[in-house]
Amino acid sequence: MTAAVVTGIGVVAPNGVGTENYWRSVLAGRSGVRPLTRFDAGGYPVRVAGEVTEFDAAEHVPSRLRVQTDRWTQLAFHAADMALTDAGADPSEFPEYDMAVLTSSSSGGTEFGQHEIERLWSQGSRYVTAYQSIAWFYAATTGQLSIRHGMRGPCGVVCTEQAGGLDATGRTRRLLADGGARFVLTGGTDASLCPYGVTAQSANGLLSDSDDPDRGFQPFAATAGGYVPGEGGAILVAESAEAAEARGAERVYGRITGYAATFDPRPGGRDADGGSRLRKAAEQALADAGLEPAEIDVVFADASGDPERDRLESMALDRLFGPRGVPVTAPKTMTGRLYGGGAALDVATALLSIRDGVIPPTINVPALAPGCDLDLVRDEPRPASLRNALILARGHGGFNAALVISRAH
Amino acid sequence: MNTFTLDDLVVIMRAGGGEDREELQGDILDMPFGELGYDSLALLEITTRIENKYGISMPEDVATSVRTPREAIDHVNALVRAA
Repeated sequence: MTAAVVTGIGVVAPNGVGTENYWRSVLAGRSGVRPLTRFDAGGYPVRVAGEVTEFDAAEHVPSRLRVQTDRWTQLAFHAADMALTDAGADPSEFPEYDMAVLTSSSSGGTEFGQHEIERLWSQGSRYVTAYQSIAWFYAATTGQLSIRHGMRGPCGVVCTEQAGGLDATGRTRRLLADGGARFVLTGGTDASLCPYGVTAQSANGLLSDSDDPDRGFQPFAATAGGYVPGEGGAILVAESAEAAEARGAERVYGRITGYAATFDPRPGGRDADGGSRLRKAAEQALADAGLEPAEIDVVFADASGDPERDRLESMALDRLFGPRGVPVTAPKTMTGRLYGGGAALDVATALLSIRDGVIPPTINVPALAPGCDLDLVRDEPRPASLRNALILARGHGGFNAALVISRAH
Repeated sequence: MNTFTLDDLVVIMRAGGGEDREELQGDILDMPFGELGYDSLALLEITTRIENKYGISMPEDVATSVRTPREAIDHVNALVRAA
């Protein structure tokens, strides 16, 4: 199989815009979770969030595109620009049908849609803008990136809630392997911190109502009580290894070597895995990569923050790797959960970990919960020689995904 | 209402379609909307804003057939006079 490599990274995260800004924050344990300021959240069951505060759309997105796009797409425009610059690639030099865009989206252009709905009920249907037709829907970011960069190959969007970043990256690997494209923008972003967005999110019952930024998202902790929402994500440049070499790519962050997705059975049925198929996804991703569990040097956990889901993930890791058999981390404790962008950011973070030989920390976990006896890397980064990283993600409704990335050489 | 002018149109184009690189300056009366950076969706938005603001209704074939600011202004003024 043709190897898929990542040659460019663009990060827009609550604790840093720009890959190295973000990475410095992560290694320092610096969180971007703060009291929610985007709107008056007084009447909503969410008090703190991971807002991307270092991003001004007017600086990075042309006015003609700003009027017709949601913030989620605007974050992706900037992340994609940074990823392309990082990759040293100019898309205009490649045949347009050899390039594709494959992103994840969790809820589409929620904030844009909210403003249009406000106009609908306050002024009437004639005041809903024509752009609602293209701004809200899940494929809008993929479509806008495709148009902007002239990437007309097999594009797509994956909607598997918070597992989407892995599913998009995994499908990108397949696309590159099949020869469907040689140069792909993948990953994903999300920006749903508006009243409409958090109302929809809170329906899953998993959001924290804590007003303390350090207490809202404590996965695997004895004090876990839900999660904090955030916005942002990462866009990656992925290429076939041959294409990257042929164009003289400046750097290869790593290879995408294994991927699998599973779906949980109907809730209520209990089995040895507690009704979760997360372990199955991880096993199949390892098999896809041709690796044994002992060859995995770090796991980037889904790290739900919900006590029961944390326990299920811990059980899956315990069965796959043995008791405290592998270092586990959840740097997303510094950003909140980013929905369609979360797992994409985890892929970027894992690639940086491999590059620098260091496992970034999990913060705000003072003591592990019973049943979560993990080797969780906490508070301080841990130096380690990393060959292979396993990344796990779950999406609400039963989605599980697992991705393996490996050192370039 | 007074005559609908290029200045009125430009205000609506900026609000409804955005503007980059100071495209809407100078002699743009006879420049095609496409060259000014406004596609069919932007024209639909601009047309609807004109209708809402001036209380007129532009037939769909007119809205989709105007090619330049001058044509748009002439259509709007004809509709306003007829109203």
